[in-house]
Amino acid sequence: MATTIDESEGGVSRRDFIYIATTAFAAIGAAASLWPMIDQMNPDASALSLASTEVDLAPVQTGQAITVLWRGKPIFVRNRTPDEIKKAQTTPLSDLKDPSAEVMGATADMPATDANRTKPGKENWLIMIGICTHLGCIPKGQAPGDERGPYGGWFCPCHGSVYDTSGRIRQGPAPRNLEIPPYQFTSDTKIKIG
Amino acid sequence: MSHASTYQPKTAFTRWLDSRLPIIRFAGDFMVFGTPRNLNYLWAFGAILTFFLVLQIITGVILAMHYTPSTGLAFDSIERIMRDVNYGWLMRYTHMVGASLFFLAVYIHMFRSLYYGSYKAPREVLWMLGVAILIVMIATAFMGYSLVWGQMSFWAVTVITNLFSSLDSIVQGLGTTIVQWIWGGFSVDNATLNRLYSLHYLLPFVIVGLVALHIWALHVPGSNNPTGLEVRNEAKETLPFHPYFTTKDLAAMAIFGLLFAYIVFYTPNYLGDAVNYVPANPLVTPPHIVPEWYFLPFYAILRAIPSKLGGVIAMFSSLAVLFLIPWLDTSRVRSARYRPLYRLFFWALVFDCLALGYLGSQPPEGNALLAARFFTAYYFIHFLLVMPIVGLIETPTPMPETLADSFKHKGQEKPGQMRPMPAE
Repeated sequence: MATTIDESEGGVSRRDFIYIATTAFAAIGAAASLWPMIDQMNPDASALSLASTEVDLAPVQTGQAITVLWRGKPIFVRNRTPDEIKKAQTTPLSDLKDPSAEVMGATADMPATDANRTKPGKENWLIMIGICTHLGCIPKGQAPGDERGPYGGWFCPCHGSVYDTSGRIRQGPAPRNLEIPPYQFTSDTKIKIG
Repeated sequence: MSHASTYQPKTAFTRWLDSRLPIIRFAGDFMVFGTPRNLNYLWAFGAILTFFLVLQIITGVILAMHYTPSTGLAFDSIERIMRDVNYGWLMRYTHMVGASLFFLAVYIHMFRSLYYGSYKAPREVLWMLGVAILIVMIATAFMGYSLVWGQMSFWAVTVITNLFSSLDSIVQGLGTTIVQWIWGGFSVDNATLNRLYSLHYLLPFVIVGLVALHIWALHVPGSNNPTGLEVRNEAKETLPFHPYFTTKDLAAMAIFGLLFAYIVFYTPNYLGDAVNYVPANPLVTPPHIVPEWYFLPFYAILRAIPSKLGGVIAMFSSLAVLFLIPWLDTSRVRSARYRPLYRLFFWALVFDCLALGYLGSQPPEGNALLAARFFTAYYFIHFLLVMPIVGLIETPTPMPETLADSFKHKGQEKPGQMRPMPAE
């Protein structure tokens, strides 16, 4: 290979190759060193390790609700009345704004039936992430005497989103149903979230 | 409007320095920069804004000496600043009210530019740098507010960072990934507070850099003026910035400073929200989340759109559209002084922004929501339709031939009266 343009008669010289190789190497190096600087902001090991929470359901009577923390997020645990369950189960899917069950870990095309949002045989227990899917406020409806909106479920005071007794979005700006966290019943009255 | 340097080093030392680092020459030329003689008090806001930027940085550095960016201690450390630190209350109230009046001054400064056409060629880059400063100011103020770690701080961070989750409706999971990256966790928590503190300390210095570029861009074409006419005759139409405009700016600053001092000393919490004196609680959302007054118009636009992504796009567009103004205005006349039709629409825009501000503080339901939609629509119509169309159909009123003509009739040629002349 010739070393100068004259020697190479206008073709590619060794110097051209060195320029391109050096620039490409520097660009790749810069991009590679950028990644740690971006990734350091992601949830760290201590945040990831707070992955599961156990909840004892025994003290929660029918019609009562409690709020627990999981990964820093409020989890709504409600022991629904038969009337609330019936209302949630008989709602036609065509009335829903968000057709997806919004179960964490499940595919988005799982339909938003009440059965899909609860566990079989435990239909009275509704366990959801209590964060409005609009802009992250905590909806009202957990404490007795709270405004629960026209569908008898939850009502977000920030921007007026209304959720039904299955935590599904019915009115207002929120785009999605309240999310169902991953959880299992470890015994008849205990659940493990996460 | 750059002209030859007039600086003459007088001592042996300044001659020696001038040939090595001509910093005195730079500062001297900077201060005697030719400025149109007919500037009114609305042109004093540049100096007022510089004052507030410096004040915010000084009080901010002081507050950082006493503040603890940790979820368990942040709120208490603010209370300690208020109660225990010597003059801590003064530093904090100055910083808090200073942020509010900084925005008041910046909004007046921007409406001044809109009225007198200061964004028009050749000042497009100057205007765009100004919009960039506004955007960084918004980010800085938002982060500073979050550091108090009261209920309103916490929920403001939650709501605003959640804006990015609207991207989930474009690419599934993208928004959530971005939000968790911003939070450094699965909710707004200690990691979030720490990074907001770090960036709140950084961004003011980014503003300083942008302000330097803004002033540089100003010093290429020179200041606009109430007539919108270009300076043609420097000797007749301009005066050196110092002492003529430094004095005028100081007078304006004294008056604006009275308002500032009144709020700091007599009603420091008037512009804030009492709910932010309740420590942050991730399990309880306050019944009515409202931002500080200077964000209310943007908040009204966010909530006026009945779709989450749509609202977010509209809110960001309300800032982005400002970048396009120099090209949306088709008029050949700069100043609204000679634009009778545009002048009406200008005041309509002022009213529109005030109305959006009021509606942003109201719950988004019923008539308030309808009104917010109407005023949001007008905000965009003003820039995207009114500005281009009015510029084409309007007949401007007669204008003076030159800038000098515009102030000749004010009796300056009477015998026995001296005109101020630039110091030679």
